[in-house]
Amino acid sequence: MQFSAGSRSALRAVAGLVMAAVYLPLLLVILNSFNATTSGSFPITDFTTRWWTAAWNNEGAREAIATSVRVAAAATLISLVLGTLVAFALSRYSFFGKSTVNLLVVLPIALPGIVTGVALSNTFKTVLDPLGIGLGMFSIIVGHATFCIVMVFNNVQARLPRMNRNLEEAAMDMGATSWQTFWQVTFPGFRSALVAGGLLAFALSFDEIVVTTFTAPPGTETLPIWIFNNMARPNQAPVVNVIAAVLILVSMIPVYLSQRLTGDDRRGD
Amino acid sequence: MNRQAVITPPSVRSAASDGPAARRSGALSRWLYSRPRVRLGALLVLPLAWLGVLYIGSLLLLFATAFWRVDTFTSKVQPAFTLDNFVRLATEPAYQATALRTIGISLAVTLLCAAVALPLGLYMAKVASRRVRTLLAIGIALPLWAGYLVKVYSWRISFTTGGPLDWLLRPFGLDAPGYGTGALVVTLAYLWFPFMAVPVYSALRQIPENLFEASSDLGGRSWATVRHVALPLLKPALIAGSIFTFSLSLGDYIAAQFVGGKTQVIGTVIASNINLNPPLAAAFSMVPLAVVVLYLLAARRSGALKHF
Repeated sequence: MQFSAGSRSALRAVAGLVMAAVYLPLLLVILNSFNATTSGSFPITDFTTRWWTAAWNNEGAREAIATSVRVAAAATLISLVLGTLVAFALSRYSFFGKSTVNLLVVLPIALPGIVTGVALSNTFKTVLDPLGIGLGMFSIIVGHATFCIVMVFNNVQARLPRMNRNLEEAAMDMGATSWQTFWQVTFPGFRSALVAGGLLAFALSFDEIVVTTFTAPPGTETLPIWIFNNMARPNQAPVVNVIAAVLILVSMIPVYLSQRLTGDDRRGD
Repeated sequence: MNRQAVITPPSVRSAASDGPAARRSGALSRWLYSRPRVRLGALLVLPLAWLGVLYIGSLLLLFATAFWRVDTFTSKVQPAFTLDNFVRLATEPAYQATALRTIGISLAVTLLCAAVALPLGLYMAKVASRRVRTLLAIGIALPLWAGYLVKVYSWRISFTTGGPLDWLLRPFGLDAPGYGTGALVVTLAYLWFPFMAVPVYSALRQIPENLFEASSDLGGRSWATVRHVALPLLKPALIAGSIFTFSLSLGDYIAAQFVGGKTQVIGTVIASNINLNPPLAAAFSMVPLAVVVLYLLAARRSGALKHF
């Protein structure tokens, strides 16, 4: 299809504007982390690295990062096990209620986070608290694992039908037990899908805030909760800004490089 | 030779070796192999306990809690059956306005995302060179990794008074709107834009070039072709994208807190009542739940979900 020259430049302008709108705010966060004044006025006149030092020495931020890593690791571990189990059940067996189980796995991510958060918080308060399981690290991990399962499930379920099941049959014909066949033949076949799903689950958990606000006890802060609590405090805002800048750089540069290296869009041509 | 090495690594071959432990696990393995129902049960018991009992149980309990009440003296939640919470939501103008406002904001976010995704997708699929297209495809998806709060924060500093947007608009004699509903819509659209842009772009690329050529051979100008040929074919992608932009906006209240100014959304009301009046919070969280379910059902009726 041929667009007229005018239409082409109009479309090009839209694309340029979109990219500017996507990246300028992020660039602004990085720039602002060197802003000497805290009022947020623009353009920036005085630059300083003071906030970076302050952020590095900030105990609260460090503790929050440690908590986030612990929660994400535990939630990822649980979702690796549960997601793989469901993926095997759904892709290798046919049974009554299969589509319901499928829906069940997707539901926690399809429903608004606030519904999941309120529902779990309500259960912990009214049912589990009297049994001695109150809000704590455990409840945060439970909440996160619930919506992380789908990440592992999606990746493993997409891989399993493409694997050669004859290899498993062959291993068992040669006398391997189900256990040995699984670990030495089946598992290596979907290991990379499991790693990809696990990474997504970890990233999702590390970034989560809504479910966490409802399932975290007072005083326990994951990194997003810490950012949330400190963003509006004038004294802490510059430190939050540095953490935000670090998160942008740490999360986006590796993904950009890997995308460039694999050339994501090339296969489509 | 090589092939055999793949199928039977040495450790597997040793499975046949005799030893009491090996024999026992072999027996269990044979027993399981002949009973697929038992294996299926073993696979499903843990996930179903987690998702079926804990998660669905929590949702049902939340539903039940919406009919409970708070004792006015002890301020403890009491099991009961009362419709008071729902009546309050339906009759108090503030709550009605909040629910309608949130749905309106979610629709505005969805429309804004679609209105931007369409020309961007057209440019990428039909005008841009391959190199630019690859860069743009990465460029759209990349911010998904940047962190939710980081992106909210980036718009918070953009909209701040005397901040970058003010500075940008001042030469035109305009003032940036500051925190408020407008800022909220822009921020939410920014957050969920990739969920709309990616399906729209990939659907545009899948439309055969023949269709565009046929349209222009028959005298269709390029924009008429876009409207009458491309747009109907994009409907499934637009609907699929809108599910994300709509339902994510509906449940969000963090962005409202930081860029919304005084704008209250459903989430704000739920969050502020979760400790004071859990039954009311439970009742109000049925609103986004019901709206999302209705939206999903409507999307399924339109047949758009089959493609994604």
